[in-house]
Amino acid sequence: MHEAGAAQAIVGMLVEEAGARGAGRVDAVHVVAGETGSYMEESLAFYLGFFAKGTRAEGVRLDLRVVKPKLTCSSCGLVFERRRFSFSCPECGGDAVITDLGDEFYIESIELSGSA
Amino acid sequence: MQVSLKRAIYEENDRLAAAINAGLRRRGIYTVNILGSPGAGKTSLVSRLAERLSRPLSVIEGDVASDIDTRTLRALGVDAWQIETGGDCHLNAPMIEAMLGKMKVEDAAWLFIENIGNLICPAEFVIGEDLKIVVSSAAEGHDKPWKYPIIFARSAACILTKLDIAEAIGFDEAAFRKGLETVAPGLPVFPLNGKTGEGADHIASWLIAARKAAAGT
Ligand SMILES: Nc1nc2c(ncn2[C@@H]2O[C@H](COP(=O)(O)OP(=O)(O)OP(=O)(O)O)[C@@H](O)[C@H]2O)c(=O)[nH]1
Ligand SMILES: [Mg+2]
Ligand SMILES: [Zn+2]
Repeated sequence: MHEAGAAQAIVGMLVEEAGARGAGRVDAVHVVAGETGSYMEESLAFYLGFFAKGTRAEGVRLDLRVVKPKLTCSSCGLVFERRRFSFSCPECGGDAVITDLGDEFYIESIELSGSA
Repeated sequence: MQVSLKRAIYEENDRLAAAINAGLRRRGIYTVNILGSPGAGKTSLVSRLAERLSRPLSVIEGDVASDIDTRTLRALGVDAWQIETGGDCHLNAPMIEAMLGKMKVEDAAWLFIENIGNLICPAEFVIGEDLKIVVSSAAEGHDKPWKYPIIFARSAACILTKLDIAEAIGFDEAAFRKGLETVAPGLPVFPLNGKTGEGADHIASWLIAARKAAAGT
């Protein structure tokens, strides 16, 4: 649901960064998103395409890397990434606590080409 | 050419939110962003607190459509203002800034912002608040902390409503609290009957203490 606003913000930054570097095109954008933010790749790509039309970012390729929350087992201390449908320790089955939410949402890098 | 950036996607919103918060703090206003599902009891919480808090209080009501909650609060004598997002699933800092330009919050007041009923998007946005609290009702089921960790993890307290109908719903409070311990260890939980106000005294005291602690820093 919130992909549209995010895509709009991303396109704004892409256009700004390309402009500042005198690049004609933005070929790709690498985005890192926490799983907890529930950003859907298809939806984000769709809105990026929509908002990028007619800008230097038109046709930009989205590469989305999703980071998962990290949990720490309260019994054996193991630190592990959250797996689907489970919050318990994969080693001992003990209860775990989220120690790193992994709730970031940022542009890691962009790929530029051509000149303006 | 590959250019590494590391730019936060909501940086503009975050900057504006920080400026809004600084402005409100300068005027001694304490701001609470109230999150939760549709119908969880957010407006009931605001109403029950309005009956208990002695400082002046203003409320911003966020809804996708309609001003029903604002009219409910105004009928109670609360200074309530409506933001209709017309489809957006969360409030953001620019909406709050625009609204603060229209309304008149008294110095040293409470400012409560009832966010859009939604467990995902509102948790992602800072809008100038000092803290977030999440309202969760027994009617939603006890699995919510596991399904929506971020809203609980980013909140400073959880208000648990509708325990009066927990049995009919099959709500398992122990399971709910276990989920909270997993995703937001140590998060204080305050039971509230949104209709009778039972439990609201504790919430009011906790908020007053949080406000004092923030003023001391
Ligand atoms: N039985 C019971 N009903 C409650 C309780 N708290 C709230 N309600 C009822 O639940 C309904 C929804 O409460 P609201 O306070 O309007 O909930 P809300 O979160 O503001 O709802 P939206 O703004 O529409 O998302 C109302 O009919 C309330 O009277 C409670 O503790 N027990
Ligand atoms: Mg409401
Ligand atoms: Zn373990």
